[in-house]
Amino acid sequence: MFDSLSDKLQAIFDRLGKRGILTEQDVDAALREVRVALLEADVNFRVVKEFLARVRERAIGAEVHKSLTPGQAVVKIVHEELLKTLGEGGKLDLGGPPPRVIMLVGLQGSGKTTTAAKLALRLRSDGRKPLLVAADTYRPAAIAQLETLGKQINIPVFSEGDKTPPPQIAQHAIQKAIQGALDVVIIDTAGRLQIDEAMMREVEEIKARVKPAEVLLVADAMTGQEAVNIADAFNKRVGLTGLILTKVDGDARGGAAISMRAVTGVPIKFLSTGEKPDAFEVFHPDRLASRILGMGDVLTLIEKAQQQFDEQEAAKAAEKMLSASFDLEDFLSQMRQIKRMGPLNDLLALIPGMKDLTRQISPEMTERQFKRVEAMISSMTREERRNPGILNASRKRRIAKGSGTSVQELNQLLSQFREAQRMMKQLANNPRLRMMSGWMGARRR
Amino acid sequence: MPSLRDALARTRNSLFGKVQALLGQADITDATWDELEALLLQADVGAATTEKLLAALKQRANNEGIVRAEKLRDALKDELRKLLLPGGAPAPYVYDKTRLLEVILVVGVNGSGKTTSIAKLGKLYQSKGRKVLLAACDTFRAAAIDQLQIWGERAGIPVIAGLPNSDPGAVAFDAIQAAFARKCDLLIVDTAGRLHTKHNLMKELEKVRNVLRRSVHEAPHQTLLVIDAANGQNAINQARGFTASVGVTGVILTKLDGTPKGGVAFAIAGELGIPIRYIGTGEKIDDIQEFDAQAFVDSLFEDGQG
Repeated sequence: MFDSLSDKLQAIFDRLGKRGILTEQDVDAALREVRVALLEADVNFRVVKEFLARVRERAIGAEVHKSLTPGQAVVKIVHEELLKTLGEGGKLDLGGPPPRVIMLVGLQGSGKTTTAAKLALRLRSDGRKPLLVAADTYRPAAIAQLETLGKQINIPVFSEGDKTPPPQIAQHAIQKAIQGALDVVIIDTAGRLQIDEAMMREVEEIKARVKPAEVLLVADAMTGQEAVNIADAFNKRVGLTGLILTKVDGDARGGAAISMRAVTGVPIKFLSTGEKPDAFEVFHPDRLASRILGMGDVLTLIEKAQQQFDEQEAAKAAEKMLSASFDLEDFLSQMRQIKRMGPLNDLLALIPGMKDLTRQISPEMTERQFKRVEAMISSMTREERRNPGILNASRKRRIAKGSGTSVQELNQLLSQFREAQRMMKQLANNPRLRMMSGWMGARRR
Repeated sequence: MPSLRDALARTRNSLFGKVQALLGQADITDATWDELEALLLQADVGAATTEKLLAALKQRANNEGIVRAEKLRDALKDELRKLLLPGGAPAPYVYDKTRLLEVILVVGVNGSGKTTSIAKLGKLYQSKGRKVLLAACDTFRAAAIDQLQIWGERAGIPVIAGLPNSDPGAVAFDAIQAAFARKCDLLIVDTAGRLHTKHNLMKELEKVRNVLRRSVHEAPHQTLLVIDAANGQNAINQARGFTASVGVTGVILTKLDGTPKGGVAFAIAGELGIPIRYIGTGEKIDDIQEFDAQAFVDSLFEDGQG
């Protein structure tokens, strides 16, 4: 598989040699690769075709800016067109008289019930008072699932068992919301195939009864070519107002999002990114575009880093990284910060070109080792941390005893630390990473 | 039980049906190849596998002097069958009757249809005279245990369950003890849905597998990966990830009653050599069938109204 489309395109243009203007042959050679990349990302075949026609028109004869290689120029055009196709993420329309109703629809197993809970949690943290409605009376235990989730996040769930028809449940739920002064009603409907006539009529009826402000299609990021037909059918029958893409935390490239957006024209509003109730993000077209093209997700990484890094510490660390006056205290605080950002592998996978490295690191090893390292460094005096050179045999024995480890392990840590020090120096010389860390540091001030 | 043909009728009408129309009575032209490519891609066969298929077909057309489109159809069927049966037909899985207890581990990503498939699979084996027990090892997802228990009641198959959020390995262990105590000869283990990229969750799955392996000789005897037929090329990654972790021996392709074609099955079988064992074709408990590559390919090419 291609790791990065831009690298692959670069290789083509290296063969062709550099020229100032993109010729037809250049562009066609490049677009063949783009086509495969988009298809492998599960963008619908017809959508790819239209998309490439647009890119081709723009690219042929385009002047290559001096600072770009021809490969980068094509990637830039592709990226821009992709952004255009993906559109801006949309906000929920929750103005107007309460209660506002949000309906979640989609196929079986797309993640509606989990998404309903995540959405409710998010709305509550925005100051809303949501009510969850269990209107999936078909799947065994679907109601129990929503009730359990509601209990976990402490949000009320309205249910009437699996004997009442879902349109009635939905209607009763609104009454309930009015009585309880709840201002958002989130209806979890049963999964249904878009070609199931009876079930599609049911969802139409629910819509007619509750007049929702939002009808959101919940779709699996792993969906293939069929995404266009699914989105199109739901849109025609119930008039979608937005899309939610789920299971984005896997390695699916999520081309289905482009397909669905292209065919319905409705915005993608949220991404569901994990199993925990708060793993729910507002959609950013830029990141998904990069991901679909296999360019890594540098923006997400930077944002993640921003959320987790303590501001001052980050600025200090960035400085230290470059100045290479890096001691065991920094080593520890860095490890702590990295740990807060989530599994190291997830982070590395986000950086273009780092994917290979992730295969060499075993996360469980790092997790376990981290605890021992923390114990060892915590058992040192401040002087020892700043200047590990003073650690003699007697100091090492004391530290090993104090941290419940062994001298061998401590020696291992010290050699690891020296290695880290060496790497920091190297990092300081790597322009891409220096740019990132410098930028992260600079943003703080 | 609905016939395979009925189950796949939509698939046929919507897409491979077009292959049929395309490869009717006419000469092969460049347009034929382009359209064939389009059809395969839209069936989620994937860019790489499609390219391979077309290359093989073109070669055959050359070598065998095929000029008529209808002849090409037979060649395409042949190539598709070959993909589904890498290295000839896989030995059908045979249950060793001398074994006291057979264990089937069912794995897959979230929402692929594991729990429903397990209920169906349990019923299928029960109707063949096996004494089945189900283990609800999805202790993570809210109400997953309830879901399996309701299915168990409907099918008349007992379910061993632990408490929500308890250790799935412990539930697996209890289920094996229960299976021996009740003299069951088949234990089907449901697991929580997990993305194949989640390291810790994959480790948890390996632990369940290890518990089974330690308790019963050579268990699990089958490890079935449940794949949603609507999935695109990511299904290949799923198959790779789960195989690397727990050694998948077969695939259950679900939700084939929808419009998706499950074309990624060709890539999974062709590239990874993992056989498709069962297909799920609806929401009812009987909507499961053993996979038959010959019939699968044939039915894809039958006329619209079969």
